[in-house]
Amino acid sequence: MAGKIILCRCEDVTARDVEKAVATGFSDLEEVKRYTGFGTGPCQGKECLRNVALAIARVTGRDLSELHPFTSRPPLAPTELKFFVRGRDPSTQKD
Amino acid sequence: MSRHLPPPTSSAPLRAETEVAIIGGGIMGLALAYNLSEHGVTDVVVLEGKHLAWGASGRNGGGIRQQWSTEMNIRLMQESVDICARFAQELGTNVWMRQGGYLFLCRDSSMLARMEAVIALQNRCDVPTRVLSSAEVMTLVPELDIRAYAGAWYNPTDAIVFPWPFLWGYARAAARRGVEIHTFTPVTAIERGPHGFTLDTPKGTVRARRVINAAGAWSPRVARLVGLELPTWPTRHEILSTEPLKPFLKPMVSVIDTGLYFSQSLRGEIVGGITLPEPRHDQVQLGSRLEFLEAMAAGLYQAMPRLGNVKVVRQWAGPYDLTPDNSPIVGEAPGVPGFYLCSGFVGHGFMMAPVVAKHYALHLTGGPTHPFFQKWRLRRFADGDLVRESMIVG
Repeated sequence: MAGKIILCRCEDVTARDVEKAVATGFSDLEEVKRYTGFGTGPCQGKECLRNVALAIARVTGRDLSELHPFTSRPPLAPTELKFFVRGRDPSTQKD
Repeated sequence: MSRHLPPPTSSAPLRAETEVAIIGGGIMGLALAYNLSEHGVTDVVVLEGKHLAWGASGRNGGGIRQQWSTEMNIRLMQESVDICARFAQELGTNVWMRQGGYLFLCRDSSMLARMEAVIALQNRCDVPTRVLSSAEVMTLVPELDIRAYAGAWYNPTDAIVFPWPFLWGYARAAARRGVEIHTFTPVTAIERGPHGFTLDTPKGTVRARRVINAAGAWSPRVARLVGLELPTWPTRHEILSTEPLKPFLKPMVSVIDTGLYFSQSLRGEIVGGITLPEPRHDQVQLGSRLEFLEAMAAGLYQAMPRLGNVKVVRQWAGPYDLTPDNSPIVGEAPGVPGFYLCSGFVGHGFMMAPVVAKHYALHLTGGPTHPFFQKWRLRRFADGDLVRESMIVG
């Protein structure tokens, strides 16, 4: 059943993937992110971080408060690169 | 029930005594641990302050190139690429290696003239780098806008790997042979004794006959614990990743004048960075800046305009470990017998680790000593015998 429970929809990471990561020695959210790829898709962890934290807490028996979220990275939301090109008005130009 | 791989990291208490303590669980420390175990030296403890892949080893672009400007570095990197190519088979971990080559572009035409001798040297070492015509560049990467560039050269045998499994592969293979890898175990003090060193950590103390400082950008701090000053300093280097795209980009592309580089990972993302002026700090800085995102967006947009429509999902930073002559520092520390240095790789430690660790382990186990121990010795700064390597990118 755990193999069917999707915890991270962007990267298709299941509850079983998280269990495997913990069994493989990765039980920190930063490590599980790197091992499973959860939180590296378009949502960057906004939807899945809590799901995965809960799964790690359940598997390891640790309290949720012991699990520190991974460092959130800019930009706040996926953004087209052209919006960051100075001197270029993204609303009027086409590529 | 699926079979789980054994954990690479130790949950056991820290052992009281060890032959070799390696400080730093990055690519260099873990590759060293693995290579020592290859020679039967398994009484090894790796001490990492955070988790594996936390430092520069987990933050880099995974580029593995042989396009260097000195024969020693070219030959070292040829050997490193060979080790990478055999890694999955020999260590049992897939490192997602993709040999798509490195395409260098230059804006300044005089650069191309200067590169001729470098390319000739690479060719003499059997690295098949060659200058490409505009038409050849457009065949290789049709999406490029080459108008801003005066020249291009390409080596098809350079590669990229996925950094994280590379670390886990070394860690697991070393752990299987008895090496203990302790994460979240920073070394806070080192005491020198008649027969070695006593290292303090939050998990207790460990006595080690030999200590290897493989702490990357944090190595000056570790060296100070034995009263040694390293002439190295950390500098931030930023990098970003886009949303995944269908595979379209074969080589790593790098603009040598600006330090822009980007490649497409096997996950499909465009991953790349660019050189920015960075004020000198003594401490490692890992914050992300809008300034980088703007410079990177402008660089990517100019090189490949259609990337303007691709979304950036994440930017982050890693520390380069800089030295005055852009070359590493290795070997036993002068005046501190038993304390070994393996740092100062100036942003190229990841690609060099497989081969450096191999020869370092040979050196420590009584095998032949590679000439890099002479070239990259700490004393060269006092001797005025600096290394001249010009292919420092990023």
